[in-house]
Amino acid sequence: MPSRPPVRPPGAPVRPSATRGRSPWRGYVYVLPAFLVYFAFAVLPALHTAYLSLFEWDGVTLGDWVGLGNYQEILQDSVLRRSVFNALVLVVFFSFVPIVLGLAMTGLLARYRRPGMGAYRFLFMLPQVIPLVAVGVTWRWLYGDDGLVNQTFRAVGLDGVTRAWLGDFGAALIAVGLVGTWVLSGLCMMLFLSGVQKVDPSLYEAARIDGAGPVREFVSVTLPHLRGELAVAMTVTTVAALASFDIVYVTTNGGPGEQTTVPGLLVYRLAFSEGKVGLAAALAVVLGCLILAIVYLINRLSRSES
Amino acid sequence: MNTATRSERWSGYALLTVMAIAVVIPFLSVFLASLQPAGTPVVGLTWPERWSWDNYEQAWSVAGFSDLIRHSLTIALGVVPASLVLAALAGYALGTMKLPGGNAVAAFFIAGLTIPVELIVVPLYFDLRGLGLTNSYLGVILVEIALFMPFSVFWMRTHFQSTPASLVEAARIDGASSATILLRILLPLARPSLMTLGLLVFMWSWNQFLLVLVLIQDTTKHTAPAGLGFFVGQNSTDIPTLAAGTIIVMLPILILFVIFQRSFIAGLLQGAMKG
Repeated sequence: MPSRPPVRPPGAPVRPSATRGRSPWRGYVYVLPAFLVYFAFAVLPALHTAYLSLFEWDGVTLGDWVGLGNYQEILQDSVLRRSVFNALVLVVFFSFVPIVLGLAMTGLLARYRRPGMGAYRFLFMLPQVIPLVAVGVTWRWLYGDDGLVNQTFRAVGLDGVTRAWLGDFGAALIAVGLVGTWVLSGLCMMLFLSGVQKVDPSLYEAARIDGAGPVREFVSVTLPHLRGELAVAMTVTTVAALASFDIVYVTTNGGPGEQTTVPGLLVYRLAFSEGKVGLAAALAVVLGCLILAIVYLINRLSRSES
Repeated sequence: MNTATRSERWSGYALLTVMAIAVVIPFLSVFLASLQPAGTPVVGLTWPERWSWDNYEQAWSVAGFSDLIRHSLTIALGVVPASLVLAALAGYALGTMKLPGGNAVAAFFIAGLTIPVELIVVPLYFDLRGLGLTNSYLGVILVEIALFMPFSVFWMRTHFQSTPASLVEAARIDGASSATILLRILLPLARPSLMTLGLLVFMWSWNQFLLVLVLIQDTTKHTAPAGLGFFVGQNSTDIPTLAAGTIIVMLPILILFVIFQRSFIAGLLQGAMKG
């Protein structure tokens, strides 16, 4: 695209260089609108959440100052603790499994050109763009009594295994977790594959000439080049697991019992149906801090190693 | 770099295909269910005996999915232009000018990348209710702009940082004001970046669930995902209509994804990498 030089209308006074001699602060005029919206509708509410977490408040009458009492309750209440535990279990399915799967595929596909990847790329990124609520509704149907999962088990003669998966005490959390695996595996794979493309092909040639097998090659050539992608995949998927709400709300709404309750669900429920606004705020703060700590840790580790 | 053997190549493609099928089957299952005659019990993957599009009509008009789509569009079309304008302005200043404390301000934006909706949604409900902005699209629009702002500013800042400084310098020597430089020189060059950002913001806005669930409790004003989430709670047994509704909710974003595949994928991967 040709860049046109700025045209000064004829007769306009020739200004001395527009920015020289002016305050360097002037540029903030451009930043201000974005900053104000961000501050008013994201930063301030986050701070307000922290403030609310210090009160016992039902959302209607005047609140009572309880200091850190709500945080103490989180540590003691079994349902609240359970929700944090469930979120950590989901990390295994949302983060660990997709990353391992993505790495394995990348190891297999790393060393040759892959014509026809376009169609695969489209499919693997598909779960990333559609609403998670629609994903949840879809899987709710797949896991149902007459859903595809049970149909498959019946077809291979395993009638005894069939059940309402999302209503099963033992299976519900795993079933929800596998939905996350389905959503995030493609993303991890595409991240790693695009990272591998930046690796100099001659490194693979060299490894081959040195007699390295596929495993050796993966460990010494592919993996070291994927450090950045790995950190990103871990961050994105872990945040998705800890802050999960949409999928759980639609598939199980936390049940059966509290088997699939996650912090996001409890924040919503406590604040808007149980009238425990302060406790909900405290849980939101704990969740926010947990996410921040993990993101910080992952970035710290990935930088110090490189 | 044809060091791979033929068997390696084929096993690679075979595995890719298995994974691709795993991605497609849930979609296929819902799609086929949506074509079954209304009110019939549906089992797993069943080829419909006759293709019936009645469920779409049922979902669209009777179950109210046309309203849901309209509401979602209203919100997304409010969020996207505002986000682009605000992010382009801020990204321009933070990316090309030497602002005192500019890096700290940029870091302050970036810190917001990890804010989960859960962290802000509780006080937002009470604060916006006080302002009369609950059950209002304006309220949702404002919060979504703020929520996506860290990424948007970051994305545009990265873009402007990568445009050659000589371009800006030359214009400045010609006496162009900073606004002229942005409007005449940099924005025309930023079209691809703006377009990718616009698509991503549209997608996030379209898919937003928790925020809408809290801020819009009037079910007649629900957005597509919120309406679908509500519908599944009310009519979980009417699988064909539910399936048709699910497809309707996915369709707009699906169409965009098909058309703008490259921008989407580049945005999602690069956006994640840069963030």
